[in-house]
Amino acid sequence: MQINFTHHQSAHCENGVVSNLMKHHGFNVSEPMVFGIGSGLLFCYIPFLKVNHAPAITYRAMPGFIFKRFAKRVGIKIEREKFKDPKKAKAVLDENLNNNNPVGLQVGVYNLTYFPDEYRFHFNAHNLVVYGKEEETYLISDPVMETVTTLTDKELEKVRFAKGALPPKGHIYYPTNFPKELDLEKAILKGIKHTCRDMLAPMPVLGVKGIRFTAKQIRKWPKKLGVKKANHYLGQIVRMQEEIGTGGGGFRYIFAAFLQESSKILNNPKLADLSKEMTQIGDLWRDFAVDASRIYKNRGAKADGYNEVASQLETIADKEEVFFKALKKAI
Amino acid sequence: MKKSEVPQDKSNLESANFRELCYAVDENGEYTTAHTTGWDPKTIALDNAIEDIHQRIEDAKNRVQNNQTSPIEYYMEFHKMDLPILASYVGIWQWRVKRHFKPKVFHKLSKKILQKYADVFEITIDQLKNLRHAN
Repeated sequence: MQINFTHHQSAHCENGVVSNLMKHHGFNVSEPMVFGIGSGLLFCYIPFLKVNHAPAITYRAMPGFIFKRFAKRVGIKIEREKFKDPKKAKAVLDENLNNNNPVGLQVGVYNLTYFPDEYRFHFNAHNLVVYGKEEETYLISDPVMETVTTLTDKELEKVRFAKGALPPKGHIYYPTNFPKELDLEKAILKGIKHTCRDMLAPMPVLGVKGIRFTAKQIRKWPKKLGVKKANHYLGQIVRMQEEIGTGGGGFRYIFAAFLQESSKILNNPKLADLSKEMTQIGDLWRDFAVDASRIYKNRGAKADGYNEVASQLETIADKEEVFFKALKKAI
Repeated sequence: MKKSEVPQDKSNLESANFRELCYAVDENGEYTTAHTTGWDPKTIALDNAIEDIHQRIEDAKNRVQNNQTSPIEYYMEFHKMDLPILASYVGIWQWRVKRHFKPKVFHKLSKKILQKYADVFEITIDQLKNLRHAN
């Protein structure tokens, strides 16, 4: 049994699932649109939390938030369910497939067999769509993959019930109620305002301030932790920034694409100019990654290398502060 | 990033035969998507992280052989886990799991508890005790 579902590859999994499900239901919403309206852009140095033995840094909103905000702002309803019992989770999934309804699932990455080994970490906030079932094999549309793929009954149960931080618990979701027409204009304004608020928040680890905080930490790392650990930490920042799903430059390019699209919808040329600026900021993030990689490539790094990349981050923070203040005024 | 500048470096994505999507600007300044096969700064970061994991596994193996820790810690590292992740998979409190790292405690563990660990690591109790597994 197979639902007539079109797979589109996307940069990021959550935006991709939402965009693909919306397209399936006849609403042509692009990935950057979902990301922008859902206020996906962020920077946060998460204190006290370690991922792979290094501090956790994120360039995006909490998993699930993008879809939640997007749904609320454009006026669609989502049905979601989590389970304790894997059997019940499977039954609900099968029932939806029988009703010709493709569904989104939250899964853990570690046991996703079609991922390259090197990318399989214990990360539980990946998203994919199931669009059919043939005997005991499920048909999977994973938005970060170029083409569709499959998972066996057992494999799917394993990834749906992965454990650790943010366990998916079989989380299944799908849109149910749609308005006649999506009110994108209002939703875009709300999305932009929210992102500006997050990025300019008066919190030490969040947004622009969070970038400065990270820069300060980087300056301390080589002395405090030794070169080996400092390099490991620096590598983790770059990995989070350029990981599969970011579209490059820590989501900054996706956000720039969103601003460009919005400027046409809202007929606001200022947003097109700001989109160009955001592209340049994205390029600065890429430059930062290049220079950081030079440090951890040659193990015997000098301390001033760390100071240099920290200064780069501070420049980025200054630029983003000016940018988001201008963006707030532009709408 | 311009579309013509989207990096096409060699990376471990190749082994799985897939390319990533990223966003870039075309000649007319319009945003579009482009495929990338990989980017060196990212590949190096990932390679370093993998190497770090291998070192942790090797280190744990040595400590098991020197009777400084139990095989549970070795298998935990082997599966790229840390203490909170392992504890939530076996459904045992972190402090108890940590205690099971002590060789003395490990040798006295009941079959039921050992089976829990063996199930998580997808091995037999015998393999768990003797540090032998499929690969």
